[in-house]
Amino acid sequence: MTTTLTTPSDAAAAEIARKEAHIETRSFKIWRGNAQGGGFKTFPATITHGMVVLDAVHQIQATQAGDLACRWNCKAGKCGSCSAEINGKPRLMCMTRMETLPAGEITIQPLKAFKPIRDLVTDVSWNYEVKKKIAPFAPKAPEADGTWRMQQYEVERVQEFRKCIECFLCQNVCHVLRDHGKHDSFAGPRFFIHAAQLEMHPLDTNNREAWLKYQGGIGFCNITKCCTEVCPEHIHITDNAIIPLKERVADQYYDPVVKLWRWVFKHKQVEPKV
Amino acid sequence: MPSFEIKTHDHDVLVIGAGGAGLRAAIEAADAGCSVGLVCKSLLGKAHTVMAEGGVAAAMGNVDDRDSWKVHFADTMRGGQYLNNPRMAELHAKEAPDRVRELEKWGAVFDRTSDGKILQRNFGGHRYPRLAHVGDRTGLEIIRTLQDHSVHKTPISVFMECTIVKLMKDGERVTGALGYYRELGRFVLFRAKSVVIATGGLGKAFSVTSNSWEYTGDGYSLAYHAGADLIDMEFVQFHPTGMVWPPSVRGILVTEGVRGEGGVLRNKDGKRFMFDDIPENYRNQTAKDEEEGWRYTQGDKNAMRPPELLTRDHVARCINREVKAGRGSPHGGVFLDIAWIKERIPGAEAHIKKKLPSMYHQFKELGGLDITKDRMEVGPTTHYTMGGIRVDGDTQMSTVSGLFAAGEAAAGLHGANRLGGNSLSDLLVFGKRAGEYAAKYARKNSQGAVDNNDVEATITWALSFMDAPGGDENPYKVQQDLQQMMQDNVGIVRVENEMQKAVDGLKGLWTRANKVQAPANREYNPGWHVCMDLTHLLTVSEAVARSAILRKESRGAQFRDDFPDKDPHFGKLNHVIRKGADGSMQLIAQPLVELRDDLKQVIEDMK
Repeated sequence: MTTTLTTPSDAAAAEIARKEAHIETRSFKIWRGNAQGGGFKTFPATITHGMVVLDAVHQIQATQAGDLACRWNCKAGKCGSCSAEINGKPRLMCMTRMETLPAGEITIQPLKAFKPIRDLVTDVSWNYEVKKKIAPFAPKAPEADGTWRMQQYEVERVQEFRKCIECFLCQNVCHVLRDHGKHDSFAGPRFFIHAAQLEMHPLDTNNREAWLKYQGGIGFCNITKCCTEVCPEHIHITDNAIIPLKERVADQYYDPVVKLWRWVFKHKQVEPKV
Repeated sequence: MPSFEIKTHDHDVLVIGAGGAGLRAAIEAADAGCSVGLVCKSLLGKAHTVMAEGGVAAAMGNVDDRDSWKVHFADTMRGGQYLNNPRMAELHAKEAPDRVRELEKWGAVFDRTSDGKILQRNFGGHRYPRLAHVGDRTGLEIIRTLQDHSVHKTPISVFMECTIVKLMKDGERVTGALGYYRELGRFVLFRAKSVVIATGGLGKAFSVTSNSWEYTGDGYSLAYHAGADLIDMEFVQFHPTGMVWPPSVRGILVTEGVRGEGGVLRNKDGKRFMFDDIPENYRNQTAKDEEEGWRYTQGDKNAMRPPELLTRDHVARCINREVKAGRGSPHGGVFLDIAWIKERIPGAEAHIKKKLPSMYHQFKELGGLDITKDRMEVGPTTHYTMGGIRVDGDTQMSTVSGLFAAGEAAAGLHGANRLGGNSLSDLLVFGKRAGEYAAKYARKNSQGAVDNNDVEATITWALSFMDAPGGDENPYKVQQDLQQMMQDNVGIVRVENEMQKAVDGLKGLWTRANKVQAPANREYNPGWHVCMDLTHLLTVSEAVARSAILRKESRGAQFRDDFPDKDPHFGKLNHVIRKGADGSMQLIAQPLVELRDDLKQVIEDMK
């Protein structure tokens, strides 16, 4: 019941040991403040092998700034709580290893697309309000035994979207929200993903095209794919969700053949519910 | 009238905690026509339910039609070493399939069998493939489904990032709770006709844990200080496979699903040590050799499970033994190998990535390791609390009128050890029941009074931590010292004198906890929050340590080096913890809930 184990060469083992024993002090520039304003403060932190940015923030909290505010939960990239901008890039602090960051000072600031509450914590409540406005899942009638049959290939498409951990990094990086502040007329990538998983769910019967066009503002998206780039779950937000949804909306509202058909046969277009 | 301004919310039912159990309870109570206040310490949808990876156990028989509620019931009782509340184990086994199918109705998308049904996988201690799953992110699927279903229910008001500090009582009845918003540090009073506690566990009482900052035992402590009984507190589950390296990720969970998919445990000599020690009561359910174990993981119905899929308590102890004997991996764990399956199946790399995507992701990004090519290093991590608030099996009401509990916060279903997959089903089955009976209670009773003096005194206490005169302790440091002490003395292998050391040490920590202080800032101040959480952590740590001392035997999750065997005397008892009239902690040995003859027969038939 034994198996051959590969052991690293002496040189490789020495290199691993050197890396694992390495300790250094690094400097963190962290934004501190609240809705009224704030600025950067610098803290040193002792970094050992394998540490992530969130570990450093916790260390600073425990030893230098007891009231430094940050959100976190699972510390394993599964809950999407510890979103922040690290050296200007929107990322999860728990999944950003120190070794991957270039030498020099590390800057941490809160998500820009949402109002600050305190330090690294921002007011993301708007996202929860948007979700309430999207028509819920409404399954078709089940089979005679009261359950549904679906094939694996049918569910894989929506399973990709359901990996979303609601970290809101995609919302933060989307210029429609970040730079133009269109929170009142644009739902953002997170909720296009949400709408997509409902629209493409093999059992769903609701129609969300009017919402996508009129309230969700999907037309504002000009597919720059920034959302896809920052997604920690590597969901193909633009290609697999937003573009197919844009096509559905275009078919419904802009296709000249469909328009003519409707005009001839007096079919009604789906009207927005306001 | 109180001498302060405080926002008050009135609800029929108040649910504290918005993980799976809390959400399910809130949905049920709302559907029963009640207004519901749902309070959670984090944002909605971030609770620890998201970390549940492997699946939800329900005897649907989609993969193996020999499965039934009876087999599931017998597996749960055997896993819990018969200290379980049999009524809860019965209801759980009978109702879990409906609760899972209900999730599908609400939009959950489980992996499928080839005939289009919900796919089920093997897991430790379950006789047949029983865990409905979505890759290795089942918990996320469940919490998101419940969350998305609940947001469209208008009777539910959600209070995010709000922490409850104390339950309010009117005589013998619970009438509400006092809390604060983390955001601005403002206090808030919830008045309710009934209260459901669904706050999860106490993993943060230990230094190596898969749990997040939230799991400071709030629910147990809130209920205990309100006069409710706790039960089985000695039983803390150490999950056998947590990450061990690098140090900053120590304790993060590695799903049992890795072993369910064919992953094996080896020591530094490459030996599959799990074959060395197979408990007697599992011998005829365990594979004779590696070949049979492999066939089991690949769905051969005539094969028995490999010893890696024995119960968690046993696997954790075997790993501990290997490490102590000097046969561990370089960083103090053992090796978990899934990459080896490439010797058996074509396209193994893609298969692993498909079946265990988040494990692949987690090791790649945090450990710099590709699990399709290399072995993982794993070791035990504090994971789950079998003990908790003592509840009635049918209604989930605690020993305090109007106070209910569900999920990890409640005790009884799991006995001395929980089977993997039984927590997600627990929170669905008993979350629903708690919501249902809390709603019934709320309809029968009017709103009780809240004592303003109690509210005022609690607020004064809470604010005393800010720039406290004479306060010279760092709350984070006190918390770390507590965690280290519990880890060292009340961990996976327990001895009387070490545990006594912990109980004595807690006295010193109480003194220090009274002197902690935080910067005077009420806006989202985690230091201040830790000050308040310490009361909960100290209370539950004492409950764990003292129950563990009282149980002078090894059973399930409790392993006593000084009493390494089972003792039939303790096999007839649960340990109950109650706050005495003088405020001290009382321990009472209580005979088990009686096992009905028909259920006794089921256990016999399944042996």
